[in-house]
Amino acid sequence: MSDRLTIDEVAHVAKLARLALTTDELRVAADQLGGMLEHFDDIDELDLTQIAPMTQPYHLVNVMREDVEADTLDRDEVLAAAPEADGGRFRVPSGGGAS
Amino acid sequence: MADQPRTVLEIAAGVRSGTLSAVAVLEEYLAVISAREGEVHAFNLVLADDARERAAAIDADVHAGRDPGPLAGVPIALKDNMCTRGVPTTCSSKILAGWKPPYDATVVTRLAAAGAVTVGKTNLDEFAMGSSTENSAFGPTLNPLDTSRVAGGSSGGSAAAVAAGFAALSFGSDTGGSIRQPAALCGVVGVKPTYGRVSRFGLVAFASSLDQIGPFTHTVADAALTLQVISGHDPADSTSIPEALPDYSAVLERGVAGLRVGRITDLPAGADDDVSARLDAAFAALAAAGATIVDVTVPAFTYGLTAYYIIAPAEASSNLARYDGVRYGLRVDAADTDAMYMATRTAGFGDEVKRRIMLGTYALSAGYYDAYYGKALRIRRLMTQDFDAAYQHCDVMLTPTAPTTAFPLGAKTSDPLAMYLCDTYTIPSNLTGHPAMTVPFGVGDDGLPVGVQILAPSLGEPVMLQVAAGLERAAS
Repeated sequence: MSDRLTIDEVAHVAKLARLALTTDELRVAADQLGGMLEHFDDIDELDLTQIAPMTQPYHLVNVMREDVEADTLDRDEVLAAAPEADGGRFRVPSGGGAS
Repeated sequence: MADQPRTVLEIAAGVRSGTLSAVAVLEEYLAVISAREGEVHAFNLVLADDARERAAAIDADVHAGRDPGPLAGVPIALKDNMCTRGVPTTCSSKILAGWKPPYDATVVTRLAAAGAVTVGKTNLDEFAMGSSTENSAFGPTLNPLDTSRVAGGSSGGSAAAVAAGFAALSFGSDTGGSIRQPAALCGVVGVKPTYGRVSRFGLVAFASSLDQIGPFTHTVADAALTLQVISGHDPADSTSIPEALPDYSAVLERGVAGLRVGRITDLPAGADDDVSARLDAAFAALAAAGATIVDVTVPAFTYGLTAYYIIAPAEASSNLARYDGVRYGLRVDAADTDAMYMATRTAGFGDEVKRRIMLGTYALSAGYYDAYYGKALRIRRLMTQDFDAAYQHCDVMLTPTAPTTAFPLGAKTSDPLAMYLCDTYTIPSNLTGHPAMTVPFGVGDDGLPVGVQILAPSLGEPVMLQVAAGLERAAS
């Protein structure tokens, strides 16, 4: 069993990720995620201070195009795929959501 | 199943010339699906009626003197994370069950324009997260060569579809080995092209800086032809690269004489002895064909697994934030939006997806970003520098594709880290963006196929395919 992560830490991460885990699931997650973090310790032996981060394989530049009209997705077709739509918009429950 | 599966090249040539009927070819494949799909479960959806209509239209084109294209009448299967307009695209997740995309992925459009006939959407690990296709919400895909074993993953359904003769050609996505590992375990050819070579427009995102689409085939020549069709710049994908396409099929008969093939002397341990023996045999075969074997080192290779399992979950945790029950897919009703997000995501995602979202969220969270994500990005550059240095001394490198042959169902499902180790040899090419592919090269002690992986530098598909063709000749 890994004790790298506490149940409270995992519960905080789950909340950030908008996932509801039961107490048992939190315990399993703490053990599994903690085990992975221990495995990840292998990179601590590297001195990376002189190496710049690399976010993706190629140097990307802004891709610009002429401002010409083109087809877009059909609004009705897109809204038809939504769980709920109303008056040309996605419909959701009331705000609420105190964090 | 036909005793000798017809190749993509043979089918397309026959249909284009009128000596084969696309409808007749399709019916042969549908008959194999009827006979064996029940035990293999390669598909989430079989599109028999649509395929029959499409095949008849292709035959009609040929009769009318129109050329249907380089994949005329070829039955293909698409991993179910590629958007198909009006056809359900699930990513093998409950959260997208029933969703019908309002557009086609660019590869889907290109394949249709080339005359291919889609027979179905294939099973995968949910959102392509896994190495065995056991993480599917719709049940695992079994290896057609031994149904007590896994097909590999995450594109296990696509690998199994070609291996079983359900399609002549299939497509997967490869984020950390998800084309190459299942191809190896099912005994077929699998290619991950250079990052940016094939448009990802319409591929449901897992880890955007790593994902790439590629084919599964029985032969290297079929893979070369298919890459020619699906590669090339796409304005709809901002990471698509503009470089001109070489003729991938032109190099296949050149042989390997004079090429320098790298053997990585500091390759991470972990491959089974029978797998390592096949790799040794591959080096010997290429040397016998005139290649020079060169010892090289890639010191950062060993840190790839850690870098990948920080970067990929971090990107996934961001990409999968879009599944919130608002615009598509599942919604679990609740009193307010925040409760609805949480109820929807908790009900819709499976265990492995939740695990990776949590891992990624942790790695990106305040206080841990530099220790995990920041370091992983630096290892990514170190890895790329190490490979670039090694390619000063060789044209390609060979490694095992997977550490083992196909393993029994359930063997690794209770230990996520053991499953992740399946990707040890495939991950580096995703971090660097370089192309890589696997070719079947004999069998292990259990009689199941072993794949040898060919690594090449950026845009090095021609030399990679040239060496693959050399290995294929030696294996036959």
